[in-house]
Amino acid sequence: MTALRVLRHPAVATGGAVLALLVAAAVLAPWLGTVDPQAISPLSRLKPPSSTAWFGSDVVGRDLYSRTLHGARLSLVVGVSVALLATVIGLAIGVLAGFSRGFDAVAMRVMDGMMAIPAILLAVAMIALTGASLQNVIIAITVSEVPRVARLVRGVVLQLKASPFVEAALVAGTRLPALLLRHILPNAAAPLLVQASYMFASAILVEAALSFIGAGSPPSLPSWGNLIAEGRTVFQIAPHIVFFPGLALAVTVLAVNLLGDGLRDVLDPRFERR
Amino acid sequence: MRYLLSRLLATVPVMAVVAVFVFALLHLSPGDPAFVLAGETATPEEVDRVRQAMGLDRAFHVRLAEWSLAVVRGDLGQSIFFGRSVSELIAQRAGPSIALSLLSIVLAVLLALPLGVLASWAAGRFADRVAMGFAVIGFSVPVYVLGYLLIFFFSVKLRWLPVQGYAPLADGLWPFLRHLILPSLALGLVYAALIARVTRSAMLEVLGQDYMRTAHAKGLGTLRIVLRHALKNAAIPIVTVIGIGFGMLISGVVVTETVFNIPGVGRLTVDAILRRDYPVIQGLVLVFSAVYVLVNLLVDLSYALFDPRVRL
Repeated sequence: MTALRVLRHPAVATGGAVLALLVAAAVLAPWLGTVDPQAISPLSRLKPPSSTAWFGSDVVGRDLYSRTLHGARLSLVVGVSVALLATVIGLAIGVLAGFSRGFDAVAMRVMDGMMAIPAILLAVAMIALTGASLQNVIIAITVSEVPRVARLVRGVVLQLKASPFVEAALVAGTRLPALLLRHILPNAAAPLLVQASYMFASAILVEAALSFIGAGSPPSLPSWGNLIAEGRTVFQIAPHIVFFPGLALAVTVLAVNLLGDGLRDVLDPRFERR
Repeated sequence: MRYLLSRLLATVPVMAVVAVFVFALLHLSPGDPAFVLAGETATPEEVDRVRQAMGLDRAFHVRLAEWSLAVVRGDLGQSIFFGRSVSELIAQRAGPSIALSLLSIVLAVLLALPLGVLASWAAGRFADRVAMGFAVIGFSVPVYVLGYLLIFFFSVKLRWLPVQGYAPLADGLWPFLRHLILPSLALGLVYAALIARVTRSAMLEVLGQDYMRTAHAKGLGTLRIVLRHALKNAAIPIVTVIGIGFGMLISGVVVTETVFNIPGVGRLTVDAILRRDYPVIQGLVLVFSAVYVLVNLLVDLSYALFDPRVRL
């Protein structure tokens, strides 16, 4: 069975397990020994990690363990939303471009142009105009990811259109919706899944980078990028404020990348390990 | 000549789309951008002032025509906050960013090529696992986290290198390099990870070819085969990914300059964000994209160096 083969792959298993743990930690954050992530405590400012405050405390004495764990929620929400939205929109554009020459000519020029804008810069420009909110951050990152999906899907559609079984289906009178559902989507699913996992990782990284430079999630939210930005000025005396959210970020992205690499190895025969 | 021309012409629509897109963003974004740009505490008069400065009170097509003409002449408009022309601001801050990017690319390539070649040569064995493990980790650690780690060990603990800041080349080569080593390492590592992975797979592809066996049969030394025969044939995917990764490098420059307090265009981007200076942001997006497109044009042209079938 394919599903079993996928799960047995070491990279998929490791990445998946770490990611599952992270999701569980994010969902169960309020019950995992955390305190209110926003509660300030002026008497215990900049405390290093200890048995009571596992990750130490920040500039205004907020508990870093609680903030990091709650930050996981934000990062995962951004990652999942961007991966889903960009896949759906990119799929629609890619399929249209694959089937309509007129639309293809225009859409692909636009996609090429958008891909020439570095992702963070595109997001910065959009957020500068719409204001910093979680929703706008998700939209901005999605816009920068859509062209890649659209290109991928278009390529798959064009390739399939030239294949004998699709030609046969067309000759036999299969209508477009049925053709899409039965022949195109199943064949596009594997590369899309791999692409979605990479988008998930990249969205988490971009959100954190945006928050870090002050163009992402509002500063009131405990996103990992915001936590690292808050630790910036006191980095030399309290490096733990940058270290723990940074570690969480790196581990999450590593897990998702491992998952993506593993999925690619298993699902795409061209990348089989040699 | 035809290849050169066709490549050159292909960049025109891309840059046109970038320009129109960035411009349209201002006019098509939901809500009132003048209101957002003026800030939460702005008075109605201030909002009006921003609206006029950005031309939001006039028709879209009129502004687009005016603006496009100006951009073609190299006029990117006036900064709202700094009270100077955007082109001037960017030109003045370009030096440190160019130095940082170049050094990062050099470090990344010097690190990635041997690593990728080694991994392909030892495919499936221990050295390959270690090299590719390093690549996946390099891919996952954000530039700024790595930057702070480097500062912590080399500057705060060991006191070998300055914590932050920048010294222009005019101050001497050593002060210049001393300030740039850590930022270039932080920025170059992600890039190196990307290049190493592609180098490995491109080398694996080439090493499986018949002419590799022929080269071995001729009795050529391994080093000579790997460098002269294999690496040259694997070069095209490698330079291509160097071009594609350049976009990542640009995003990284913005973050790295913030971590290391380098007064380049990346720092200017962050300043412009904090001050809601949209003309500057717009200009920066255009310039960064143009550089990205230009680098990829150079990559396309470099194919001629590695593949005699490609004629300029």
